[in-house]
Amino acid sequence: MSRNRLFNPALLPLAVTSLLFVLTFGYGAVAYTGFLSSQVFLNLLIDNAFLVVVAIGMSLVILTGGIDLSVGSIIALVTMVSASLVEHHHWPVYVVVPLCLAIGAGFGALMGCLIHFFQLQPFIVTLGGMFLARGLCYVISIDSIEITDPAYMAIAHHKIMLWGENFISINVVIALAVVALGVFLAHYTRFGRTVYAIGGNERSAVLMGLPVGRTKILVYTFSGTCSALAGVVVTFYMLSGYGLHAQGMELDAIAAVVIGGTLLTGGVGYVAGSLVGVMILGVIQSLITFDGTLSSWWTRIAVGVLLCAFCLLQRGLEHGGKRQLAAA
Amino acid sequence: MVVNASQPVLEMRGIDKRFPGVNALSKAALRLFPGEVHALMGQNGAGKSTLIKVLTGVETPDAGEIRLGNELVHPECVGHAQQLGISTVYQEINLCPNLSVAENIYIGRFPMRHGMVDWKRMQQDAVAALKALNVDVDVSLPLGHYPVAIQQMVAIARALSTDARILVLDEPTSSLDEDEVARLFDTLRGLKARGIAILFVTHFLDQTYAFSDRITVLRNGEFVGEYLAADLPRMALIEKMVGRAIEESAFARPAEDNNAEHAAQDTGAPLFSAQGLGKRGAVQPLDLEFRAGRVLGLGGLLGSGRTETARLLFGIDRADAGSVDCGGAKRQFRSPADAIRAGIGFCPEDRKTEGIVAELSIRENIVLALQARRGIFRYIPKRKQREIADRLIAQLGVRTPDAEKPIGQLSGGNQQKALLARWLATEPKMLILDEPTRGIDVAAKLEIMDMVKAQCRKGLAILFISSEMAEVLRVSDRIAVLRDRRKVGEIDGAGAQERDVFRLIAGAEQ
Repeated sequence: MSRNRLFNPALLPLAVTSLLFVLTFGYGAVAYTGFLSSQVFLNLLIDNAFLVVVAIGMSLVILTGGIDLSVGSIIALVTMVSASLVEHHHWPVYVVVPLCLAIGAGFGALMGCLIHFFQLQPFIVTLGGMFLARGLCYVISIDSIEITDPAYMAIAHHKIMLWGENFISINVVIALAVVALGVFLAHYTRFGRTVYAIGGNERSAVLMGLPVGRTKILVYTFSGTCSALAGVVVTFYMLSGYGLHAQGMELDAIAAVVIGGTLLTGGVGYVAGSLVGVMILGVIQSLITFDGTLSSWWTRIAVGVLLCAFCLLQRGLEHGGKRQLAAA
Repeated sequence: MVVNASQPVLEMRGIDKRFPGVNALSKAALRLFPGEVHALMGQNGAGKSTLIKVLTGVETPDAGEIRLGNELVHPECVGHAQQLGISTVYQEINLCPNLSVAENIYIGRFPMRHGMVDWKRMQQDAVAALKALNVDVDVSLPLGHYPVAIQQMVAIARALSTDARILVLDEPTSSLDEDEVARLFDTLRGLKARGIAILFVTHFLDQTYAFSDRITVLRNGEFVGEYLAADLPRMALIEKMVGRAIEESAFARPAEDNNAEHAAQDTGAPLFSAQGLGKRGAVQPLDLEFRAGRVLGLGGLLGSGRTETARLLFGIDRADAGSVDCGGAKRQFRSPADAIRAGIGFCPEDRKTEGIVAELSIRENIVLALQARRGIFRYIPKRKQREIADRLIAQLGVRTPDAEKPIGQLSGGNQQKALLARWLATEPKMLILDEPTRGIDVAAKLEIMDMVKAQCRKGLAILFISSEMAEVLRVSDRIAVLRDRRKVGEIDGAGAQERDVFRLIAGAEQ
């Protein structure tokens, strides 16, 4: 068996994703004037900060071999709760935000417990969570609530200046912090490696004496918290609460995670890949915006094609790995 | 706690465990002394696995006590048992194929540095741990990249890397070749010298006697006795396991089989023949002939290409050279469906993952292949299914109260019989049996081999694959010998000795 290798095959999907991002961005730079600027790149982060945050939570869930469909609804619920408390009850932001995070964490923990203790399918449990959270939005209000609170406005409009005229928003800082946290958790903690072990073979993980139940509950709690944080980010971004916010965002998040190179069956992938996955979705959207003649639904078509292509690529890699083994 | 050799490090007494409909253990007992190798013996269904599961915290006993030294303990889960110093290597490799080799050894007990997993140290430790077992692999690659034998060594390295007082090995050698077994035993001898108690479950009598100091025998979930290995002759051990006296030499070939009267019948055209069948990286092109009523054995060491040959014959892997001659017509099987249509059945090596559907009943498992061949639109009526299942259960002696029980609850030997029944139900012309006796006890092995022979004599052609040469010699009419993924010869089964086969295997080196 050869000890030398150029490349870990598990890294290939991530490398392909990154290359694809560079190529797509490069194409935009050539095709449209004004595309090649650092602010266009930074806008990708600003406009997709919430998606980055949910995608990181979703990555860990998918790495265990699970799925979390409730993320979009939790975002909507958090925007509603925030808007209502801030506008109608005049609660300060430093109380509202932690409360929202607690709601998300509680939601996630509850779903995690159902999945673990009753051995229920994550798909069904989180589908239930999705309907529940979306429904709760309309208990608060059926209309959109605009936020005029000065503290919220200040955070929303704050620009963190980088070089020259370039800037990012506070949301971007939050998103990048979550990425760093996700990478740290997944690759440098016992918790994270247990997540991978569960995704690889849950029965083995139990027999190896790993805390499988605790880890699964924690993973859904983490995803719930990420969704709530994404809800906070959306609130800053949209400055409103509405039950129709983030419709279908769970599917965008799943798409970003898969395009980022994580195997939907769990156990294989890199959390950082999900950031790149989100950026690809973002850059496709920007291209279509810059073009101006295409309907925004073309984004969906492009994403659909990409998703299928990535699943094929991953299957191809599995196959290639086996052939390599047979030849060794 | 003071440990001295006269005091057991582990004592299990009066252990009861009931599963729905079965008394898996009743009043089972086991003692382990420090620095000894203790073999736990018994037939399939004797309760060995259940006793080990109770000890390692996978199952909770209904009654009984477990003492470690002087303390009463109740292992609640695997992690708890590990903390108590009980470490286990399971028969089926229970590791994560997606994690790196190093992680599989240390997960749950990662070396940490500044609150982070210390990858560098972990990999260095893993290399050292595997070196102690004479395994030299890239520990940063996923475990799934390596063959089963290496995965098994990694599982052992994992168990050894904990500071275990008690090491439980559940059939650790069933997927290892002789070299690897020898290496493993060397390592275990070192551990024994350090005062670790080793509990060893195996079906290999040779290994039991070569290696263990003491033997505990279980039968039907009950404690039969504890013996010093030196004081218990092999025949006595087998009788205690089976519960009755049996004939001499377990694998001796039945005498009536040795006469050469069949030889004359072997001159006609074969039922199937592989002609130059091969696949790059799997097996060199080879010729094999299968005749009705004859067993062809495949002999060879682990990794010699036995399973690969079977997979080509059944169309699981596509051959890139040669063809299969089915009574005159040359065919190239593109999928198992092609092979099934041609009348070939296949019992795979790994019955847990490729064979049985554990949640389905015995009846459903038996009619599976038959139904698949008829297509889903021609449903076999339930009454007819029962008829087929009951007939085969009786014919093959599957021990079960009835055909509706989930097959997962049967013992390994009975599962294997049900799998045979599945293919016999399709009334194939030829049956490929890949390791049909793996992981089952001596008596059940004999039973399966005799059954194979009996079915064969009714006009079925059989390809018999086993890593135990004695078994191949016992059942085969002819033996094709493989070495390094190449056929090196063929010998007549009648009167053949192990050394004849090994001479062929060793051939080129001499």
